[in-house]
Amino acid sequence: MEIIMAFVIGFLFMAAVYLILSKSLLRIIIGTGLLSHGAHLLILTMGGLTGEAPPVLKDGAKTFADPLPQALILTAIVISFGVTAFFLVLAYRSYQELETDDISLMRGSDEDE
Amino acid sequence: MFLLQVLYIFIPMLAAIFVPFIYKSIKNIHTGWFVLAVPATLAIIYATYIARVAQGEVFYDGIPWIPSLDISIVSYLDGLSLLFSLLITGIGSLVVLYSIFYLDKHKEKLHNFYVYLLLFMTAMLGVVQSDHLISLYFFWELTSISSFLLIGYWYTRDASRFGALKSMMITVFGGLMMLGGFILLYLMGGTYSIRELIAMAPNLVQHPLFTWALVLLLLGAFTKSAQFPFYIWLPDAMEAPTPVSAYLHSATMVKAGIYLVARFTPIYAASELWVWLVTGIGLLTLFWGSFFAVKQTDLKGILAFSTVSQLGLIMSLLGAGAVAFHVNGAADSVFKYAAFAAIFHLINHATFKGSLFMIAGIIDHETGTRDIRKLGGLMSIMPLSFTVAAIGSFSMAGLPPFNGFLSKEMFLTAMLALQNFEFFGFDTWGVLFPIVAWIASIFTFIYSFYFVFRTFTGKYKPELYTHKPHEAPIGMLISPMILASLVVIIFFIPNIIGDTFVKPAVQAIQPFLYDLPEDINIHVAAWHGGLTPELIMTIGIVIIGVLLFVGLPKWQGIYNLFPRALTLNNAYDKAMYGLDVGLNRVSRLYMTGSMRHYLLYMFSAIAVISIGTLFAKDAFSLSFEGAAPIRSYQLILIVVLIIGTAITIFAKSRLTAIIGLGSVGYTVALFFVMFNAPDLALTQLVIETISVALFLLAFYHLPKLGKREERMRFQLNRAVISIAVGVMVTLIALSAHSQKLVPTISKYYEETVYSLAGGGNIVNVILVDYRGFDTLFEITVLGIAGMAILAMIKLRMNRKEKSHENK
Repeated sequence: MEIIMAFVIGFLFMAAVYLILSKSLLRIIIGTGLLSHGAHLLILTMGGLTGEAPPVLKDGAKTFADPLPQALILTAIVISFGVTAFFLVLAYRSYQELETDDISLMRGSDEDE
Repeated sequence: MFLLQVLYIFIPMLAAIFVPFIYKSIKNIHTGWFVLAVPATLAIIYATYIARVAQGEVFYDGIPWIPSLDISIVSYLDGLSLLFSLLITGIGSLVVLYSIFYLDKHKEKLHNFYVYLLLFMTAMLGVVQSDHLISLYFFWELTSISSFLLIGYWYTRDASRFGALKSMMITVFGGLMMLGGFILLYLMGGTYSIRELIAMAPNLVQHPLFTWALVLLLLGAFTKSAQFPFYIWLPDAMEAPTPVSAYLHSATMVKAGIYLVARFTPIYAASELWVWLVTGIGLLTLFWGSFFAVKQTDLKGILAFSTVSQLGLIMSLLGAGAVAFHVNGAADSVFKYAAFAAIFHLINHATFKGSLFMIAGIIDHETGTRDIRKLGGLMSIMPLSFTVAAIGSFSMAGLPPFNGFLSKEMFLTAMLALQNFEFFGFDTWGVLFPIVAWIASIFTFIYSFYFVFRTFTGKYKPELYTHKPHEAPIGMLISPMILASLVVIIFFIPNIIGDTFVKPAVQAIQPFLYDLPEDINIHVAAWHGGLTPELIMTIGIVIIGVLLFVGLPKWQGIYNLFPRALTLNNAYDKAMYGLDVGLNRVSRLYMTGSMRHYLLYMFSAIAVISIGTLFAKDAFSLSFEGAAPIRSYQLILIVVLIIGTAITIFAKSRLTAIIGLGSVGYTVALFFVMFNAPDLALTQLVIETISVALFLLAFYHLPKLGKREERMRFQLNRAVISIAVGVMVTLIALSAHSQKLVPTISKYYEETVYSLAGGGNIVNVILVDYRGFDTLFEITVLGIAGMAILAMIKLRMNRKEKSHENK
């Protein structure tokens, strides 16, 4: 399963990079969303997928899924959410101010300094 | 008294601190009078050493600077250092005296001038007395910096700034090369002390780094001493005030390179390359400088090229002196003359060139021009200046009864001896040496006459001058007159100078030949009692020189034949301009200002480096061991995920892309369910919902203007790089999974979660108990994000208001 997941994660990264390299600001943020999904799945996969039960103590379970990667991912999810929310509002504000979402048009000029 | 020896070096620098205070508080007296005390006192102090150094004594004193790195400031006075120290302080005193009358105390910024000059004096004393390589380099760069400041003294003029920058670029380039050579020397010898390196010189020759150390050191010496092809900064440095030109660019700083070559001759003389480079470049510089000096129309320009040429002469003599190392019975051979002549001419050059620069300054001061085409007929108006100029020029031309004649004779002797030297191929090419030297001497003769006769004889053209010409004030003439009288005195008492100054210096240059300065049995004589070849050559120089000087207008046209495009100055300008424009073009090539381009660079660099390393280190591996079993519903979920991702990429409208992203997020949540991560699944579901809502918010506020709902254009480079990144991640994931080096530490959590932490949900306990700090700061991140969002929305200062406020 880990082998297949490695390919899936690679595909997610590929899609994310493809979107990040686009012109539209919204698509770039969509790309970063995909990138964080890929990273989260990567952490989970690298921790091993062999556990039989969720990491919650209860009778009868022999092997648990590794709890440490899960804790790390939980932290990462919250952080990436915070950053994504910030970026989205930033994008929204730049739409309002610059009236464009094409980053090829967003270049600093000497007058700005 | 000797305990203070290191401190003497710093006396000018310490005195410089007080100069601005004196300048501000005492307005009536020229600041130079106070400064004059410093070099004069030092000159007297150094004069007290003369007698004992002439006996072969050396004086050594050091203070630690960075003891843990074995770096100290060591003052070492032997014949060579003492000679230079006396030149620096002696001519320094004369130059300060001259500058008192040259620089107006009301119009000029004297505090700047004297601070720079005193700083330079310390730097030069440090260079010539340092026995420690690093402190030598330190003082060396200090000379570059203080000379930069002095050349740019009139900083409101473009030419001054250009000349200062050019000299800085070239000499600092050489200085850095020299530092490289020093470091190699340290690596070879294991010591920073020059004396200790000289003692182990025979072992150093075999070292593989020897040639590099030699070439780098010579680059430093050649750039500082304005040798071919680095001489180009010197003519441009003539924008400095004339006292500076007289001091730095004739007597002291340009001789720092000469000093360096002389000081390191005992180490490098064993090398064939050293002899060839020093002699060859020296002779080439001698010829080149003398040839182009005739072309100059600016008095200081002539003197600059003449300095270049004379420095080449001294350099070639030092090279010839190094040959003595290779000759059996060299103590009696003719090559010992070469080193002797080099030092002797160094003294002579400092005297006559210093006086000539001062005369050029006087002419500039009194007539308002230095253009030789405007000058003429000043002999009867400025008789004293004319006398000094004539003495200096005739000495430069090598005529008796002036000291230049003696050193010229010795120079020709050494060059004639080189052709008979059966070593290093000198016997075949050696015949060129006396010929080149002879031709260069003819040109030297011509420009010397050109300098003095074009200025002082011919038609008097008062209408061309801005001032009414008259003789200079006597105070201004004192210094050149002292120097000119030295020129004559040295001719009549050469052996006193030779015994007291030259022989101890030669002993320092050729320690392998002599134990004591008295062992050098050289007797300088103006008349060798017969028609020696040197005398015949000198007669030839005079005859041909006079003929060519008289016929100068007829053949001066050949200088115009030399294409301007091929000059070294042009090459320098082109190189600087090319560097400027070229590098600008290069940075514009990749600094496009487009974020997509930068991302392309970053992603391709990451992909190439990672994949390359993976295969270069043979780190890729694939193993199915320990992998979880594959279940069919998992495969279905994977297909859903891939479809969602593909929709996100290829969606025509952004709304579809957002929904595609949402579907990917929910699928990931299902993955979390499947892989036994209930907390993750919960969080993921909630957060994905909020994120999609936020995306929709941003989408809703898209500007109507220029909104394009077309499908993203396919671009090959994007596709290639994104595929490369995907492949990289897959390869790294596969390799990492296949090579688990250590077991997980999670067993500890599983075993102690209840007993230690009293909880059942291991993930939650890790988050708030075992690793609570992560959570604390993740909360902080959320808090900051929230505040930042609030600030972005609330604090609106749009462009119009902002520009309004700025007004």
